[in-house]
Amino acid sequence: MVLTGAEIVIRCLQEEKVEYVFGYPGGAVLYLYDALFQQEDVRHVLVRHEQAAVHAADGFARSTDKVGVAMVTSGPGATNAVTGIATAYCDSIPLVIISGQVPTAAIGQDAFQEVDTVGITRPCVKHNFLVRDVRDIAATIKKAFYLARTGRPGPVLVDIPKDITIAKCEFEYPKEISLRSYNPVVRGHQGQIKKAVQLLLEAKRPMIYTGGGVVLSDAAEQLTKLTRLLGYPVTNTLMGLGGYPASDRQYLGMPGMHGTYEANMSMHYCDVLLAVGARFDDRVIGNPAHFAEEPRKIIHVDIDPSSISKRVKVDVPIVGDVKDVLDEMIRQLESGAARPNGEHLSAWWKQIEEWRSRDCMAYKNSDEIIKPQFVVQKLWEVTGGNAIVTSDVGQHQMWAAQYYRFDQPRRWLNSGGLGTMGVGMPYAMGAQLAHPDAQVACITGEASIQMNIQELSTCKQFRLPIKICNLNNRYLGMVRQWQQIFHGGRYSESYMDSLPDFAKLAEAYGHVGIRVDRPADVEDAIREAFVKHKNELVFLDFQVDQTENVYPMVQGGKGLTEMILSAEDL
Amino acid sequence: MRHVISLLIENESGALSRVSGLFSARGYNIESLTVAPTEDASMSRMTIVTSGSDDIIEQITKQLNKLVEVVKVVDISEAAHIERELMLIKVRATGKDREEVKRTADIFRARIIDVTDASYVVELTGNQAKLDAFVDALDPALILETVRSGVCGIGRGDRVLKL
Ligand SMILES: Cc1cc2nc3c(=O)[nH]c(=O)nc-3n(C[C@H](O)[C@H](O)[C@H](O)COP(=O)(O)OP(=O)(O)OC[C@H]3O[C@@H](n4cnc5c(N)ncnc54)[C@H](O)[C@@H]3O)c2cc1C
Ligand SMILES: Cc1ncc(C[n+]2csc(CCOP(=O)(O)OP(=O)(O)O)c2C)c(N)n1
Ligand SMILES: [Mg+2]
Repeated sequence: MVLTGAEIVIRCLQEEKVEYVFGYPGGAVLYLYDALFQQEDVRHVLVRHEQAAVHAADGFARSTDKVGVAMVTSGPGATNAVTGIATAYCDSIPLVIISGQVPTAAIGQDAFQEVDTVGITRPCVKHNFLVRDVRDIAATIKKAFYLARTGRPGPVLVDIPKDITIAKCEFEYPKEISLRSYNPVVRGHQGQIKKAVQLLLEAKRPMIYTGGGVVLSDAAEQLTKLTRLLGYPVTNTLMGLGGYPASDRQYLGMPGMHGTYEANMSMHYCDVLLAVGARFDDRVIGNPAHFAEEPRKIIHVDIDPSSISKRVKVDVPIVGDVKDVLDEMIRQLESGAARPNGEHLSAWWKQIEEWRSRDCMAYKNSDEIIKPQFVVQKLWEVTGGNAIVTSDVGQHQMWAAQYYRFDQPRRWLNSGGLGTMGVGMPYAMGAQLAHPDAQVACITGEASIQMNIQELSTCKQFRLPIKICNLNNRYLGMVRQWQQIFHGGRYSESYMDSLPDFAKLAEAYGHVGIRVDRPADVEDAIREAFVKHKNELVFLDFQVDQTENVYPMVQGGKGLTEMILSAEDL
Repeated sequence: MRHVISLLIENESGALSRVSGLFSARGYNIESLTVAPTEDASMSRMTIVTSGSDDIIEQITKQLNKLVEVVKVVDISEAAHIERELMLIKVRATGKDREEVKRTADIFRARIIDVTDASYVVELTGNQAKLDAFVDALDPALILETVRSGVCGIGRGDRVLKL
């Protein structure tokens, strides 16, 4: 069948079973939008800013195991999309971004709305393509989806000049694709896995540390099984929350800068560390030299060899897919007779329980002023721990991670690697479209939410009943916290002045807005949002304690054991 | 430590910028980089001379391997190998210098490939040290222009970098 390039692009998306394209039209993509218009399988979500298009596609991908798709025009459309692309790249999220480009003959002529999109995005994509011939479109899009979802996932951009979308050729979607230069290892090395299992069984003070790789690999079940089989303590990074049920006793909470005392102490003092799909980020291990001071053997499972031995030296590297490797570990354990040494293990647990008894997540609640932690706890209670929770970046993000206990993967969507303010609402949009019946909450701050506030309009158009929980402290709270602790309390530009009345603003967009001032009203307001206004977007504007800080805290450059546990430690 | 990394890469436009972009973005240093198509025109062979600690070299090879268009990567300096570089050097050749330059070129087995009444262009191949030595042997005042290709490398004996 002979089709235009534009028709081919849309046919490819249909072949990939794409349900939603998040995008924004413009000159270079007019033919693509015309082709979209003339079919019904692929639905388009018109956002109000291209950054939000990519974030929403990203949120859709994070909350499912699918590839998110965004479409933008050339020039400013593409540059607006860059923050979204980089955000997905830093957290290894599979996306395909289709960008329009000026006609082939105009490339390099400083044409209207021309930018070197492939050049600009090169350092923040897994791969990108400029299509130069209509006959290459189908194979290129096939490759893009394949690259995005396999190996270490990531965003892939396909830049298509306008003339290519008008040119015609015979359409056939390739069934299989293979690239001689790209063959990610999936199956872990048997011998290495055997060594790892041996080491785990000999451990006196074992610790399991897992991250986003468990979620990306959809291996929460395997992780839970292995952890229970061994009876070892486990911690999930900010990106790995929900990989292991947070309400289980073996779970020690999150590690790192704002992790729990027990998780950090166990990471530091264990003698065998099993790292699974986690990359020893500086926000997790603190100062690498300090971390290296304590002798321990490290087993590291990761699909990307470059994640291994990058920041810490690893004793047993295992390159492979988490699910595959954990399955094999479980198989070897179950088929062998050896079991962990109960005596050592109970001594280790005794130590851990002692650390846990410090109760580092305790905070002083108040009857007068709303504590942000309290709001998150109430949200957890009212939603039965079953909501999909997105967040923006700042203190509220940390409180969300600390106080909403995730028992399942793909329920917690946030920007960990790039730390992009403004992701919260678009992530919620993507998640709500992917799960129309789910409760979706966006925990945000008054500063972050303003970075993509225009999406309230998109939410109205697509009737997305997300619940926005604004922990309004009238500050760039995370910045203020650092200025308080490290810059002598000089609050340079961290005060959020001239804030809008968010409840009224939400109403202006046609939503429900509720302002909450008193702790006693918190629970009722959340209930009202989730029950009475179940099918509406509700903007809950909680006026919270302006000076609350996030604890525990490991300062940048310090070791994991050098924690500030509460304001008294300052 | 100095390392010579050889790689095969798809001969696509933009492939070179992915490699050079990787080095600049991650702060790795490049002493030289040469690239040209192989006998299979769909692939190019690149030789990169770089330096760094073992950890950094390990990351460099891993990061190169991670580039989607890179087919194969080897650190050829880990075993016996040969390195060659080409230099073209234009020197002033008048009066008694004419004979002197010619003699020096002969000693280095260099060839004079362009002659005018005032200058020579000398062609010399060899490893970096030999090229450096030749430059040092010339009176600096005579050197008008030099151009060097950067290092090409290949493993000795059975070691073959092929698809
Ligand atoms: C304000 C702020 C504060 C923060 N504080 C903390 C903190 O206290 N604690 C904390 O943990 N983080 C914190 N972070 C997040 C931190 O910056 C990192 O994003 C995060 O720690 C990285 O998580 P990860 O190690 O799980 O890696 P990810 O970025 O999730 O990477 C996943 C790893 O798994 C691998 N992988 C992917 N798929 C597979 C597969 N199928 N099989 C095998 N391997 C796979 C990848 O190659 C990669 O190495 C904070 C961020 C912000 C913005
Ligand atoms: C786009 C972007 N700009 C700047 C920052 C730096 N930054 C990190 S947290 C933060 C403050 C966020 O304020 P708010 O959304 O109100 O959250 P709070 O910390 O008060 O809970 C800032 C400015 C960032 N992460 N992202
Ligand atoms: Mg704030």
